[in-house]
Amino acid sequence: MYLYSITFYLFSLIAVLSALMVVSARNPVHSVLFLILSFVNASGLFVLLGAEFLAMILVVVYVGAVAVLFLFVVMMLDINFVKLREGFLQYLPFGALLGIVLIVELGILFLTKSFSENSLSKFIPSPEINEIENTQLIGRVLYTEYFYLFQISGLILLVAMVGSITLTLRDRGNVKRQNISSQNFMEAKSAIEKKKIKLGEGI
Amino acid sequence: MIYLEHYLFLAAIIFTIGVLGIFLNKKNVIIILMSIELILLSVNINLISFSVFLNDISGQIFALLTLTVAAAEAAIGLAILVVFYRNLGSIEVSKINKLKG
Repeated sequence: MYLYSITFYLFSLIAVLSALMVVSARNPVHSVLFLILSFVNASGLFVLLGAEFLAMILVVVYVGAVAVLFLFVVMMLDINFVKLREGFLQYLPFGALLGIVLIVELGILFLTKSFSENSLSKFIPSPEINEIENTQLIGRVLYTEYFYLFQISGLILLVAMVGSITLTLRDRGNVKRQNISSQNFMEAKSAIEKKKIKLGEGI
Repeated sequence: MIYLEHYLFLAAIIFTIGVLGIFLNKKNVIIILMSIELILLSVNINLISFSVFLNDISGQIFALLTLTVAAAEAAIGLAILVVFYRNLGSIEVSKINKLKG
């Protein structure tokens, strides 16, 4: 139990510190790297909770895809980031006040309301870990009970893919491309021209 | 011993940091998008910890769906950012009013 507590505090401390560094780092590349650190620590916490499948998905989707996408964009755009940081210190006091108010309110909320097993109604009670694995259980519920949500989320990903491609696609006019169908439809008649050349004269 | 409240506090702290990040980096769209990712991460921590401590698997399903939507949102946001930079040569949020659809 001590080990569990120590692990929780270690992971959550690093997650919170790296989240702070995300919003306060001078260089956006460092911000992205701290975002990755924060996500890895959060996935460690998910393993600690017993949600292994989501921990692995978090690493694959966030660290493997989203954070790398951020990194690409940050490195691709050539921006003067120092100029973008203007007003950081100007808004810091008010922002800190807002943050403190928010965190105190949330803390009061969690301390006054007790979340016990009986306080909320259960829909799909999950069996013990030694009866069935987490991944198997998610699969059983996801493909039966929540199948429409699963399909809609697939559709959302498709729309996002199509949208981002059409947004960033740029049609350059003067690029020569291979047109395979016109190549296939080419015949000898249209490509070769026979000419009679008289003796002693050019064309 | 770690209870549900510990995880809720952690999620609340990360949520607050995310809101603070939007507030402080008013000009930089990339940091704002990253702050939104942090907020969604805190929501995921909430969903999963409730799911585990209340012994109900549906929370983890919804965390999975949140993850999907967050990935789609990041992709579209970054695509808009790239187009915006290509047109204006800057990513200042205050210039976004020049986008007329």
